Amino acid sequence: MKPKLAAKVRLKHDRHDDQWLLLYPERGQVLNATAAAIAQRLDGTRTVAAIAEELAREHGAPVAEVEADVAALVEQLAAKGLLA
Amino acid sequence: MSAPRPYTLIAEVTHRCPLACPYCSNPLELVHDELSTAAWERVLEDAEELGVVQVHFTGGEPLARRDLEALVGKAHALGVYTNLVTSGIGATRERLAALRDAGVDHVQVSIQSARAERADAIADYQGHARKLEVIRWVRELGLPLTLNCVLHAGNLDEPANEIDELVALAEQTGADRLELANTQYVAWALANREALLPTREQLEAAAERATHHKQRLAGRIDVLFVKPDYFGTTPKACMDGWARRFIHVGPDGRVFPCHAASTITTLSFESVTDRPLAQIWHNSPALEAFRGELWMPEPCASCERKDVDFGGCRCQAFALTGDAGATDPACERSPHHHVIDEARLSRGRSARGLLRRGRSSARSREAR
Repeated sequence: MKPKLAAKVRLKHDRHDDQWLLLYPERGQVLNATAAAIAQRLDGTRTVAAIAEELAREHGAPVAEVEADVAALVEQLAAKGLLA
Repeated sequence: MSAPRPYTLIAEVTHRCPLACPYCSNPLELVHDELSTAAWERVLEDAEELGVVQVHFTGGEPLARRDLEALVGKAHALGVYTNLVTSGIGATRERLAALRDAGVDHVQVSIQSARAERADAIADYQGHARKLEVIRWVRELGLPLTLNCVLHAGNLDEPANEIDELVALAEQTGADRLELANTQYVAWALANREALLPTREQLEAAAERATHHKQRLAGRIDVLFVKPDYFGTTPKACMDGWARRFIHVGPDGRVFPCHAASTITTLSFESVTDRPLAQIWHNSPALEAFRGELWMPEPCASCERKDVDFGGCRCQAFALTGDAGATDPACERSPHHHVIDEARLSRGRSARGLLRRGRSSARSREAR
């Protein structure tokens, strides 16, 4: 599975509070730095494992740990109907 | 106190509308003056500068404005998430495509009922069939869709309340969201309250069906059931607090905390035609009036829920008690709560017809 944000979802950098926001119909949520980095890669071209590997490499973090974060965010977004 | 950051602009660009729903959210005194394109563009710029990240283009029927595409384009260029809230009447496939290309992120289409004949009777307009066509175009154009239906005695009748049918329609049409919004009794809905109030049994049956479908469709269609006042024990967190997260700008440029605030005749709301939006947001006396907690009377001031519901709805407090600074009577702790109980008992009592807005914005009273 290559997760992708749903068409109704916009990832936006908020210039006012220097944070990343996930915007969708009449709602929004603030993403922490990790979640934002993951969300930027939810474009339907990479698997959860590939995203985890990429981020682990960039940040020098253990892949297993990052993969758990990616899977958790994907699950949370899917439950809210925010994935395509 | 210093003004909080607003996240959402409600751009009520016109009060013109071909429909005449008896619960219309526009004020009873409809506004005829409308801001120019340039003035709205300035509003969008200033709102974004204040922190706004979402805009709702609404009305009236926002499609009545010929410059809607330009305004959507402006919002999109500013990086603001753009919702179009429409009845669908006035839409063509071409116009929807143009709006999509201008950057609309999401379209909400209202329907009055899942049943065509009934829907047209509620809106007093033969529009349901057209709406279904518009809904199809929205999906064909790849635009995210919310269906919205306002609930009241006219579509929550027993034993077959319409919830199952509305959900089925959402599934058939490929909607992303279904908003089942109980009538809030301010403005037109308050004038027609006796005819619109459902019974507690109707409401509970509807809530049960909505919960069932919400769970069934989780992750596929977001089913929202907006509870009405008048049947609970605590008030709603109206607008997440007065002039806190939402800025509402009316057709003539007046700046409100919500769509109904012009009904509070003891407050004077300033217009962007007089001074910039940011100044109004930060220190307009009308917006400062009920910000924070200092204005709160008892029982709100010492209530553990005061930062949960913010004292409820100021418009409802004013409409039902004459004092916009009173505790919302929807709260069981309000000394005025009896007016809510009395209103529930009055349901179905009115002998007169529904009070409806006129198409040219003159008020008219029709016979039922």
